[in-house]
Order: sequence, then structure tokens, then C-alpha cells
Amino acid sequence: MHPPLSSQKVNLQMQGITVRYGSFIANDGVNISVDHGQTLALLGENGAGKTTLMKVLAGIIKPESGRIQINGKEVQILSPIHSQQLGIGMVHQHFMLIPTLSVAKNVCIGLKSAGYPFPNILKVENELIKISEKYNLQIDPKAIVSTLSVGTQQRVEILKALYRGAKILILDEPTSILTPQETHGLFGIIKFLTGQGCSVIFISHKLNEVMEISDRITVLRQGKVTAEISKDETNEKDLSILMVGHEFTKKRTIKPVPPEASELVKIDRITYFDERKLPVLRELDLTVKKGEIHGIAGVDGNGQVELAKVLAGILRPDSGRIFINGNDVTKLSPGKRITAGLAHIPGDRQRLGLVMDVSLGENFILETSGKEPVSKHGILNFNNIRNTSKQLIKDYDIRCISVDQTAATLSGGNQQKLVLAREFSRMPKFIIAMQPSRGLDVGATEFVHEKLLEQRENGNGILLISTELDEIFELSDRISVIYEGKILATLSREVANRERIGLLMTGKTDV
Amino acid sequence: MFNKADNHNIELEFKKQRRAETLTAAGSSIGAVILALIIGAVIIRLLGVNPFDAYRALIDGAFGTKNSIAETLLRAVPLAITGIGITAAFRASIFNVGAEGQLYLGATSAVCVGLAFPTLHPAILLPLMAIAGMITGALWGGIAVLLKLKFNANEMINTIMMNYIAIYFVSWLVHGPIQQPGSPLGQTAGLSDNAILPIILKQTRLHIGFIITLLMVLLTGFLIYRTVWGYQIRVTGKNMFASQAAGIKVKWVFLSSMLFSGAMAGLAGFFEAAGIQHRMIENISSGYGYTAIVVALLGQLNPFGVLLAAILFGGLQIGASTMETAVGVPASAVTLIQYLIVILFIGRKAFSLIIQQMKKNRKVAA
Repeated sequence: MHPPLSSQKVNLQMQGITVRYGSFIANDGVNISVDHGQTLALLGENGAGKTTLMKVLAGIIKPESGRIQINGKEVQILSPIHSQQLGIGMVHQHFMLIPTLSVAKNVCIGLKSAGYPFPNILKVENELIKISEKYNLQIDPKAIVSTLSVGTQQRVEILKALYRGAKILILDEPTSILTPQETHGLFGIIKFLTGQGCSVIFISHKLNEVMEISDRITVLRQGKVTAEISKDETNEKDLSILMVGHEFTKKRTIKPVPPEASELVKIDRITYFDERKLPVLRELDLTVKKGEIHGIAGVDGNGQVELAKVLAGILRPDSGRIFINGNDVTKLSPGKRITAGLAHIPGDRQRLGLVMDVSLGENFILETSGKEPVSKHGILNFNNIRNTSKQLIKDYDIRCISVDQTAATLSGGNQQKLVLAREFSRMPKFIIAMQPSRGLDVGATEFVHEKLLEQRENGNGILLISTELDEIFELSDRISVIYEGKILATLSREVANRERIGLLMTGKTDV
Repeated sequence: MFNKADNHNIELEFKKQRRAETLTAAGSSIGAVILALIIGAVIIRLLGVNPFDAYRALIDGAFGTKNSIAETLLRAVPLAITGIGITAAFRASIFNVGAEGQLYLGATSAVCVGLAFPTLHPAILLPLMAIAGMITGALWGGIAVLLKLKFNANEMINTIMMNYIAIYFVSWLVHGPIQQPGSPLGQTAGLSDNAILPIILKQTRLHIGFIITLLMVLLTGFLIYRTVWGYQIRVTGKNMFASQAAGIKVKWVFLSSMLFSGAMAGLAGFFEAAGIQHRMIENISSGYGYTAIVVALLGQLNPFGVLLAAILFGGLQIGASTMETAVGVPASAVTLIQYLIVILFIGRKAFSLIIQQMKKNRKVAA
């Protein structure tokens, strides 16, 4: 057993941490503090600066200014290894484990103290059994990682951190991949760890979990701390407002969609199970009218990616049907849906939207290469491709030198313009826009929004899926909230407000 | 932003830069060859032979006479034709390591057609044999991709294993059902004159297959760079997820690139059987299907580059025996040089990484 640690109360303190990426301030004078045996929840939306702050702790990035104290001693965290030596252990959202090796071997990787160059696996295994028993982790160090459930793999990550002497454990959105039972188990372990004097920093945007597990809560919004409170002084509603903010967002003056506008897209009870046979979309219903932007708000990871892919035909739903203009397209391939008037602006544009290593011209024809006038009898018409590409580059103000340069050489904003130009030049009827302004600067965001509104003006239907509430509020005619693969509520532009949407995003319908 | 003249200048600058990039790419292939030859020279020196004499004999053996040129080109034929097939598959990110087996089966079925209709006019019989060889090679390769699409089985492993099945199956055939009657050797009866490829250079063995190879190189270049099929192969190979999302039938792209690849290997088998051996024999290929992978990579997956690489490898292999008899350097020294080329070419990225790291270190030190 450890000696009692309560004598030194504060375990970790970060003061005035500021991190800039170029002109973007990711952390603006952030303060946090955790005591021994305490769980601190770090709450905030995507991009609020939670991960950046933790990267500072993990020694991955160095802050521009600010002070860090561990056990009352001021420290400079120089590197990830140094961070470990200071007793900080990080459990990443995506596990850093080698599936074909045993638990003990995974723990040994990169650890010279386990024996170098040949680690003493037997010794490590025995030590791991002791730690596992002490913290009630229930792990067999001989087990091969790939045979373990996700919940157990997470415990292996925790075990790994503890073996390396972690006294401050950072869990980055640990529940996002867990089943409710596994989440329950994890909370048991967190309580056990804090009972033993460890400190836990729990990063999350799920309010109910934060309320359940934490002692103190620090809320981040746009890089700043908006609140630092004890759990007993707050409630989920207050927290949701602190998280998404109050401020007024500019609403554009746009002509409302006439109520008699006909239905363009109907999504009827779509269900989709992921590879682990867990439901990601649960009997989801949705409609998009002609000339309407229907915004889908929600915390990341509630089925948005899968919804977009199911609509684009990349994933096959397990049940349910999709209609475009009254035609059942559920069984159609992506290509046939594109011909039927679908356009897809994927969230991961570098992976799903563009072929980075080929020219701009070749990216423009990705969907139309088999059709006239791009090609005739299977032979590409390069004159046509060049001329059309040059026109699109001009129309969409894509900053580039030549149509022959690769997409990889463009900036993020110009890559997105390239996708928009390609999708909109096909005269689509229904547009799926997933996180269309992610990673873009203000100017490019404005451009993307204007183009989306232009499509709306043309009478096309747009499904705007975004975790950015500002974007949703600015553009949408109707706003739906997706939570755990279901649409919780659909509100019209007039009645929707941030508080209500923010609360719905965390799964609370009783407002 | 820019006025028109500026734009024009920038575009010119960009074109210059692109040309430089292409040259650097070609340079990395040429550099690997030169470096391998230098290391080879050191080894030859260690064997107690003057490397200049050895290389002179090598070049002389490969390109010195009309006949040696013909032999070099003859050796380049199966390497080039198999290499352009492998190029198409690799471009689609289908790793066809099975060209050797596809070549064996293609050669066998071409010879079977030739033996079955010995009296048909050559203008009909030869194309029939070629088509039989190509279809057989394509089907054998196609199985590996079907397994990939159906069961997510790795085509690289499967094509390697299928090579053994094909080669041993052919070995059984030429020792059994299709063995030349009365012969103890693993070979079929000889093809009739109608089933033999005509010679295009008198007093040599150089047959019409070389001309067809040149035409196939042109055709493949056209297919890859100018057609929708080639475009879809290229983009699918670079990013299958974006291609699939854009409606390209990626499964067909995978399958068709392999069918083409197998067909080319089968065609090479037909050339070897009908152009050189004039029958099917047990060891019809001395690893052309494997060497062609190296040839394809060294040719930067560009059909014209592949042709040059094939002629280079053909010359090295043909010149090796002259070098052996003239100066006493074992022909295996050339095999060594070939593999050095492979290692140096594949490792070219490591070199640039090392150089980058060294520059970085120097900066830190400074």
C-alpha cells in the first residue's frame, strides 16, 4: 500500500497555460488543478481546447506561457518520456496497443527498465499481476491483446500507465467506445484509483457521466475556462449552457421555406450496426424538403459519420429505407445515387473527398470520368477536362498555380473549394454536407456557407451535419439533434435556441 | 491576385518544376543502377578481375553483335510484357506476385491449342494460341482477386501460393497427360511450323513477339494515361475510399486490372513457348514473373520505363555469360548486381530520409 498522501493535497496545478497554432489560440490562459484522490472532469465541445491542454501535460506540445506544478514543485515538461517520469499517464481515445502481443509485452514496449535489450517478461508479468490485483483491474498479463474486449483493452492501457508509475491519470473521452456496462465498470475502477490516492482527469462532453464520476468540473469553451466548480454546486442544465455558451449568433435574413415545399428526401427507420455489432443508428427518421437546409446538431460520435455514409451509399444500412424524390435508393450504389442527384461533401475530405496525389483536373472528374463530355467511348477528353477545370478554379476562386498540380499541394480551404466545385457543378438536387467548414479559416468558412445558401436558393435540399452549433444556427431552416443514433427532436429555426439544443445534445429531452 | 503575365510566368515555373520532378524520379532509377554497377565493380575487383574489362565484356555480350542484340531483346520480351501487366495491377494497388504461375499456365494452354490444331493457317492459329494463353493467365490471376473481394484474402500471399500450384500442375502435365510420347523429358511434342512465331531478324531467334511487345507497351501507355479505365485504376490505387465514394466501381477496377495483368503474363508465356522453345517444357521461365516485378518498379510503373528496364535486365542477363567466358567472372555476379539494383531502388526513400536527418542534425549542431 502507498503511504497516505493526503498530507500534500494538491497534486497537479496548471496556471495560465496558453497555446497558439499560428494565429489560432487553442488555450488562452487556462487554469486547472487536481487534488490527490480526486477526479477532475474537463468538459467542452470539440475544439474547445481539451486535447491541446492534455497534450501539454503529456509533453507533446510546449505552451507559449504558463506554469505547471506537480506536488507543489514547479516543473517543465520536456518530452513524453519526461511526462511519464513525472507520474503523468495518458490513456488515449484510440488505444496505443499492439494487438498481436500479450499484455505484458505491450507494457514492456519502449521501457528499458523492464530489461534491455531483452525485457524480463516473467518479472513484468508478476509485477503486473500485483498491480492488477491492487487496483482491481482483472487483467491476465499473458493474454493476447487482440483477444480482449474493448473495455479490457482500455484497462490494459490504464495498467500500462500505472506500471510506469502514473499518479495522475488522464482519460481522453474514455467512454466514447464503451458499452454502458463497460462504462459502469470503468467508473468503478476510477473510484478505486482515486481511493488509492491517484488523481484522474476525465475528458468528456457527456454531461451525465461528468456528473456521475467527477469531484470537480472545469468547463472549457473556445480555449478559455468558463467555469471551475465543484460537482455539488452545479447541475446538467447549467453545465450545458456553460459548455455551448449564450452569445447571440448572427442569423441571416433568408426567405423562409414555404410550408408547402415538397419533400425531397425521406429517411425511414434506418438502423446500422458497426463491426462490433453495436447499433450506431437506431431507427433514425429524417426528412429534407426542397430548398431547405436541415441542420443535424450533435456531439461528435453519435452516428453522424455513419448517417452521412449510409446516405451516400458507402455503408449499407441493416434495415430501413431511403427515398430521394420518392424513389427508393436504399439499394443503389454510390455511383447510381450520384446520377440520381446526390452530392456528398464528406467530413474527412482528404480521405473520402479527394485523391490527394493526382492533379486538380483529375480530381474534378472523379465522379464523371465515365460520362460525356469528360470522356467518349472510354477515352478521356483532356481538352474538355482542362477547360472545365480552369473554369471551376475561376468560379470557386481556388488558389492554385496550375490544373496539373496535385490536390495535396492546396491549402485546406482550397481543397474544400475543390470538393464544392466538383459536387455543385454536377447540378445536384440533394447535398449532404458533413462538417463543411472543419479546419477552415473565417474567409473560407464564409465562402462555403455562401455556396451552401446558393444551392438552397436554387431549390436544392441540404442536410448539414455539424458539431459546430454556430454553423448549424446560422444556416439551418430546421434543426434536429442526433443522440446515440437517434433524432431526439426537430425544431424550427424560430423556436430553436442554444440552451435547448445544447441540452438535447447531451441526451436530455425533458425540457 | 495576379495579373495575366504573372500567372503565365508562375505556370511556366510550375511546368519547369514538374519536369525537374519527373527527371528526379527517373534519376532515382538510373542512380540505383549506377550505384549497383559501382558496388558490382568493387566485388569484381575483389575477385581479382579488372572491372572495366568485365563490364566491357558484359556490354559486348549484350549489345556487341547483331545476334547478341537480338538475344538481349528476346530476353526483354517476357520481362517487358509481364512488367506492363504488373504495372497495371500495381497501379490499382493490386499486388500481383503471381505472374510466374500465370505465365506457366498461359504457355501451357497456348501450346495445347497449337498441338490440337497443327494444320490451321498461322494467321488464325497464332492469334488463337495467344488468346488461349491470355485468357488462362487472366483467369488464374482473377481467382486471387475474387478471393480478395469475397473473403478479404490478401492477394499478395495468394498469388505467391498459386504460383506453386500452377508450376507443379504444369510439371505434372508435361510429365503425364501432355508429355511427348516416348520422351523421358518433361516436355510436350514440338509445335508444328504453323504454330511457331515467325523470325523478324534473319540468322537470329528474334521473333515477331518483340514487335507485339512494343505495340503492347504503346497500348498500355494509352490505356493507363488516356482512358477512363486507366484513370479509374490510377485514382483507385491512390485512394480507394474516395474513388468508391465518387461512384467508381472499385471491385471491377481491382478485378479488371488483375485480368489484364494475368493476360499479359499469359501472353509472355505464349511468346516463350511459340517463339523460343517451340513446345511446352517444364522450366519454361527462369523466374521472369518475379524479375518482371522488379522491372515494373524500376520502370516507375510507367510502361515506357518498364520497356527500358526490361531491356537493361535482358542485357545484363545475356551479357553475363560472355563476361564469364571472357574474363572469368561468374555469371552470378550479374544476379548479384540485379538484386543490388532492387535493394538500392527500394531503399531510395531511406537514402533521402537519411540525408534529411543529416541536414537536420547539422542544423541542430549549428
